[in-house]
Amino acid sequence: MRCRGAGGGRGGLWHRGHLSERGQRAIHQPGGGERAVLASSSSSGASRAPMPGCRRGKRQPARFLWQLVGGERGVNHQPTTVTMSFIEYGDTIKDGDTAIVFLGHESMFPVKVQHGTVTQTKYGVIRHSTDLIGKKYGSKVTCSKGGWVFILHPTPELWTMNLPHRTQILYSTDISIITMMLELKPGSIVCESGTGSGSLSHALIRTVAPTGHLYTVEFHQQRAEKAREEFREHGVDHLVTVTNQDVCKNGFGVSNIADAVFLDIPSPWEAIGHAKSALKTEGGRICSFSPCIEQVQRTCLAMEEYGFTEINTLEILLRVYNVRTISLQIPDLGKAAEDNSGTGFDSSNPSNQGSPGANLQQGTVQFKSGVPLREMVGHTGYLTFATKSLV
Amino acid sequence: MEASPGARIREGDCAVLKRGEVFKAVPVLRRRKIIFEKQWFYLDNAIGHIYGTTFEVTNGGNLQPKQDVEETTTETKEAGTDNRNIVDDGKSQKLTHDDIKALKDKGIKGQEIVQQLIENSTTFRDKTEFAQDKYIKKKKKKYEAVITIVKPSTRILSTMYYAREPGKINHLRYDTLAQMLTLGNIHAGNKMIVMETCAGLLLGAVMERMGGYGSIIQMYPGGGPVRAATSCFGFPKPYFDNLHEFPLSKVQSLLSGTFSTETLPSDPEDNALVEEESNGLTEEKQTSLQETEEEPTTEAPMEINQSEEQETMDINAEDVEFKENKEKENKENVREKQMKQWERRKKLTETAALLREKNADGLIVASKFHPTPLLLSLLEFVAPSRPFVVYCQYKEPLLECYTKLRERGGVINLKLSETWLRNYQVLPDRSHPKLTMSGGGGYLLSGITVVLDKGKSDSSSLEALKMEEPSPKRCKVQDLHC
Repeated sequence: MRCRGAGGGRGGLWHRGHLSERGQRAIHQPGGGERAVLASSSSSGASRAPMPGCRRGKRQPARFLWQLVGGERGVNHQPTTVTMSFIEYGDTIKDGDTAIVFLGHESMFPVKVQHGTVTQTKYGVIRHSTDLIGKKYGSKVTCSKGGWVFILHPTPELWTMNLPHRTQILYSTDISIITMMLELKPGSIVCESGTGSGSLSHALIRTVAPTGHLYTVEFHQQRAEKAREEFREHGVDHLVTVTNQDVCKNGFGVSNIADAVFLDIPSPWEAIGHAKSALKTEGGRICSFSPCIEQVQRTCLAMEEYGFTEINTLEILLRVYNVRTISLQIPDLGKAAEDNSGTGFDSSNPSNQGSPGANLQQGTVQFKSGVPLREMVGHTGYLTFATKSLV
Repeated sequence: MEASPGARIREGDCAVLKRGEVFKAVPVLRRRKIIFEKQWFYLDNAIGHIYGTTFEVTNGGNLQPKQDVEETTTETKEAGTDNRNIVDDGKSQKLTHDDIKALKDKGIKGQEIVQQLIENSTTFRDKTEFAQDKYIKKKKKKYEAVITIVKPSTRILSTMYYAREPGKINHLRYDTLAQMLTLGNIHAGNKMIVMETCAGLLLGAVMERMGGYGSIIQMYPGGGPVRAATSCFGFPKPYFDNLHEFPLSKVQSLLSGTFSTETLPSDPEDNALVEEESNGLTEEKQTSLQETEEEPTTEAPMEINQSEEQETMDINAEDVEFKENKEKENKENVREKQMKQWERRKKLTETAALLREKNADGLIVASKFHPTPLLLSLLEFVAPSRPFVVYCQYKEPLLECYTKLRERGGVINLKLSETWLRNYQVLPDRSHPKLTMSGGGGYLLSGITVVLDKGKSDSSSLEALKMEEPSPKRCKVQDLHC
């Protein structure tokens, strides 16, 4: 059952600058989806004209840029303590990183890399100072007992599979279609409620980075605080504002600037009005996620009443296949006549595509198959999308 | 490129016409006749309006913004309870085809025609309220021809292509595309390797999600990459500054260290058919979306050698002076051609250098080719701990790909999947899944790269064992969270 809560909190818009180790500064200036100015330094030291896009080559020497780019108000330019982030790939594991320890098939967990600490795994101990820090992401690390693991760079998708659940979360299958149907991209302004465990939030932040922003509302005070903490630890807090309030009563805290609004709350129809006012004057997409069809019906009605168009409800499910080599036995059909040898199986007849492995000695045929799992997720929720009408 | 508040339709844009669930991409050009949903019109009047505006087609073939008409407040409609006494003999509608045509010719608005149809239907008042609703919706759909002009986006274009020309995109359904973009962690700042034969749709989707940041290297078969769909997105020019391309035919040489620019794939300038369009598209190509993959030149963002055209047009130069001038021109043309050749070579060398760094942030593949050789070679260019996704219309090639990847090692978290998509009709007391749904949207194989342990064959087989899924009986429900 999804948990919902309420609470008061801070809202409002604010500006923040963030320095990444690549020497880039991204400043979000909320206000009608205006593209923020991005300044970067090339390896030659010359500053590039602020223009989204172009960074020739990839590896730049780590450099801190002290340039003030419009709108900043006397911020103390200090390197942030978290130098990695979910929105920018890094090559080597550093102190303070959140890394993913991969043990084997679908067995992994996140770890906060810290000098001096030690992590226990079923393969033995991992010492952060010697085994992790300084190593390349994707490296194999041998643990004390001799077994080994892989250390992976975090991504929102890996985070979704490994984050500590405070509520039921959205998985990447739903997140994927939400992202595309809301037309999200770098620079987009998104509003979300409820934040929950931050699964979708991380994915949204990744998509709108480096110039967009996520305004996420969570009515449960502790969950809101935990979310803020995680965003900080993951180096993305400059791209997100967590507000602790009830979206149905007080909205998202912003007006007429969002490109998209996402609702995952028990009574989304109560927030449609607020969603509409948060969305930019013209255009803008909305999505509501509800497990129950009754909720969907009420939400669609509310969307229509508020003048949304292109209302469309769908559901998406993931089907996973295990790749297996299957051996099927050939039945003994006896002999056609007394003096006829052979089992009635034509040995010259190739079996399925792939290996023509008719192993007559053992009377089996081998083939490769994509075998579905015994059980699959049958339902997560209905997704309803709509467009804010121009009228 | 995001839409600033009220992005307006401009001449030269690629816009998408929408009527109900039907989409069509067209270039916005003056005095260019557009055919869409059995209607002919010019887009001239649409220029200057905000994207998302709904238009009606006037009798003169012009667009007119639709006035928002108040719905005729219906007095409590007379309705029946069920259809037990309604006989479907095709005679309930008193208006004939000619009557309706006459109404249309008179310029009667669609809404009025629908009203007429209702009044002239003998069975209408016997229908249930739901049936009446359905009837009105159906008639409105047919006679109230409104067209909305929308801004292209991955959502719109992928839906359009899947509905209109699925063959062009290897039947990549839009939700499968959505999965690829997320599984591949496509975001601003990446250095992506893209290999697709989906008319440039996947490339466009990747570019949209990268917002112009980072860089993309598009691998292409044949003479050049097809980017028909990419131009539909309407990206600003800077987006293309960090878009590179590299021929597949040179991949082996690059991997083995024998790469050279001496022998290039067939020069696009030699192609007889050369067209020049500001957006790289002609109306014919747009409206029928019939560009073939054998003509990559028309869509490639490479300069077209105009002097080539001039040479082929010149036939009988009897005038000596003319001949002399021609010779001068020829020399210039040759120089120009050489310049272009040199530029191409330079670009290719640069792109090769980018690939040689072997530090791409991801690989995304969706093509008509067998995926295995593509993955096995292109993965070499990807850094460790990076996601990759490959799409295939069919499952079996991905089974083989999976096996080969296991043998190769250096990949973990391999997953073979497909998505199941269902649309719903949501109406009070009438909610249910829609009657038809897509039978299949293709398959995806995804995974994450790790540092490749070369040379230790036994360790890689151990690795493979570890990475293998547990036998079926050990699969529990908790493993199902995907």
